[in-house]
Parts: sequence; C-alpha cells; structure tokens
Amino acid sequence: MGHDHSHDHTDPPSDPALRVKALESLLVEKGLVDPAAIDEIIETYETKVGPRNGAKVVARAWTDPDFKSLLLSDANKAIHSMGYTGRQGEHMKVVENTDTRHNLVVCTLCSCYPWTVLGLPPVWYKSAPYRARAVSDPKGVLAEFGTTLPEGVKISVWDSTSEMRFLVLPQRPEGTEDWTAEELEELVTRNSMIGVEQAQTLEKLHAIKADKTP
Amino acid sequence: MNGAHDLGGMHGLGPINPEPEREEPTFHAEWEKRALGLTLTAGWLGQWNIDISRFARERQHPVEYLSNSYYENWLTGLETLLVEHGVVSPEELKQAKAIDPTPEELTAKCAPASAVQGILSSGGPCDMATDDRQEFQIGDKIKVLQLNPTGHTRVPRYIRGHEGIITDYYGSFIFPDENAQGNKIGQHLYNVSFDGNQLWGDGNDTTIHVDLWQNYMELA
Repeated sequence: MGHDHSHDHTDPPSDPALRVKALESLLVEKGLVDPAAIDEIIETYETKVGPRNGAKVVARAWTDPDFKSLLLSDANKAIHSMGYTGRQGEHMKVVENTDTRHNLVVCTLCSCYPWTVLGLPPVWYKSAPYRARAVSDPKGVLAEFGTTLPEGVKISVWDSTSEMRFLVLPQRPEGTEDWTAEELEELVTRNSMIGVEQAQTLEKLHAIKADKTP
Repeated sequence: MNGAHDLGGMHGLGPINPEPEREEPTFHAEWEKRALGLTLTAGWLGQWNIDISRFARERQHPVEYLSNSYYENWLTGLETLLVEHGVVSPEELKQAKAIDPTPEELTAKCAPASAVQGILSSGGPCDMATDDRQEFQIGDKIKVLQLNPTGHTRVPRYIRGHEGIITDYYGSFIFPDENAQGNKIGQHLYNVSFDGNQLWGDGNDTTIHVDLWQNYMELA
C-alpha cells in the first residue's frame, strides 16, 4: 500500500480511488460499514450542512442585538439554539471584527474547522501554505485573497489547537441599514466567516449578479 | 511529535491558490466522498478516538504527509488505524478481501444509514472534569514549556518557549497528549495570546491566539 515508513519513496504511486474502493469493499464484506451510511454522510455535507448555516447566524447577529451579545458571550448556546449542533461544532467561540480588529482562523496542526456552521473546509484551508503562513504572515495571506484592511486595523489570528471551533463575525456592510436578516445572509460569504475576506459589499454583490446574468 | 503536520511559520510552500468560493465543489473527486464517509463510519466502531486518528496521520514520513492530498492523508491514517487496532489484518488490507471472521461486538457497532443524522447532530463533546487546580487566571503572563514529545501533542512548535497572556478560560477538556495513548483525562484549557513581534520578529504587528492546556505552560 506504499505507506511503510521505511521505504525509499520509489514505489509507483497507488491510485487513491482504487485504494478507497478496495477498502470500502473490504469493510462492507466484514460487516463493519454500511455503504448507505456513507451516502447519507455525503448527502448531509453536500446539501444540508454548509456555510449557509453560518450566514444565518451572522445575519441574525447583525439584526438582533440580544442574539449578538449571546453569540459573543456564549456561542454554544446561541448557535445550538438555531439547531446547528453536532460534529465539529460541539464547542464554539465567535470572534468579532471591529473598526480596529480583524480576525482570521486557521488550524496549523491539521484542519480543525466549524463543520456545523461552515460545512467541510475548502481545499485551501487544509493546504500546507495556508496553515504555514496564516500565523506568521497573515497580511500576506489576506493579500492573496484580495483583502486589504484599512489603516489602523490590527489582525488577530486564531489557531485551532483544541476542540474549540472559531467563527468570525464579520462587520455588517455599509448601506444595509434597511435590509432584513434574510437579505443580509446573501452578503455573508464562507470566506468572511473564516476571516480571509470581509463580508460582501453591495457593489461586489451587484457585480457578481450582473456577471451571472446571461 | 515534531512532524511535518506542525506547519506554523514554515517557508517555501508556495502560494495558496484558493479556488473562488462560488466555484469550489464540496468534493473534487468521487473517491474523496467515500474516503470521508469511510473515515467517519469506521471511527464510529469506537476502536480509536480523534487524537489517536490525528496521530496516525501525522506520523507518516514528512515527504508523504506533504505530498499527499488531504483525503489521501485521511485514507492512509485510516488504513493504519484499522490494522493497528486489529480491525482488519495486513493481509486482508492487501488482498481487499475478508479472511478472518469479524467479532460480533464489532459488527454490532456498524452504523446503519438511519443512525447517521443522529450521530452527526449529537457530535462528541470533549469537555471532561478534572480534580487538578486551575493554575492560571485571565490576564496572567505565562511561558510555554520547551516541550518536544515524540507522541501526539497539540502545542505547536512556533510558540514553545515563548511568553503569552491568558485571554480566556474554557473549563477542563480531554487532554490530547494522553488521549492519543488511550488515556482519557481532563485538564484545564485556556486561550493564550502571543505578540507577533515576539514570535516572528519586529514589524509583525499581529496577535496570535492559541488554545493551550495547563500542562503546556508555567507562570512567567
């Protein structure tokens, strides 16, 4: 299988698709895994549990001061009250962006990520360059996402070394004072809740929509 | 362990090249879906915990850890766990065929599809009481011990030996270094802030927050 620690790295690479297929058929044959359970897991993270959950949390915090204060003081209680409970969201902490502070989340040791509110992490979040540089060069990382912070805004980086999962509460974009929570959800990107970007501005949202119009 | 997984501050890994959020699929290949599902369902057999499985991934040879894709590391970790815990034999893995009978206490733990939503939505809380005294308070100045354990640990290299400030106390949680060896004990868990200038040199005007268990630190 090519993962003996002592080999000399000249083995032909084994195709992971074939390895996974072989392993699944073995575990099914041994009565240890139900393929339908795997289907159910995949469907959950492809269609049910994803960043729209987090967007609902953020939009509610933007429009409901009591909820926001609960979210910042007891994130578990606030987020669980919206029904977002479970795996990789058991222990939550929410960090708020302000006029002087921008937050960025990483897991330098593996890929810890708040699944219940953001779903499965994107490839870049799990990648070595992001994990290496988010703590040592966060400004450079933000620049790669096209994010420049206003003068005077300092960066806090949160390295997820325990089972605590972090969610960034981005700043509410200007010009949205009359918007409802449902409308605001559209401005809350996944990346803004990790902290590599800010919430969508109205200009950017309009540009994306125009771009999508055939 | 001082493995390839402990990446904070490493240079030379190239650009991040993020895919645009609106275009990135949840999975990039069919096999990734099955690798995720297999890892979760096999984990539900209860033969290992999250720290044991992290350690199985991170003790690969650094060349392999860094050249593998994410789900390849999961797959390798899973194969290691299944063999080490005697769930499958090396020969079964090699032949992809059942040879030995599976003990009933294991097949009884096979999760059916109908159990998945319940398992995912209840999760697995990691808080755990301890009799140890809470040594630090918010605002205390601490120093991270110069630890170099060869086993699993959650104290990254880039903060070892550095001073920080306790900014939050979470309660007591399962201590990963012991959990990875199958010993479940609770220990106090804190959030600690570090000055970027101190960690990375002058001109790094950032604050880095790291969650640390009490055993990793002493009062500065």
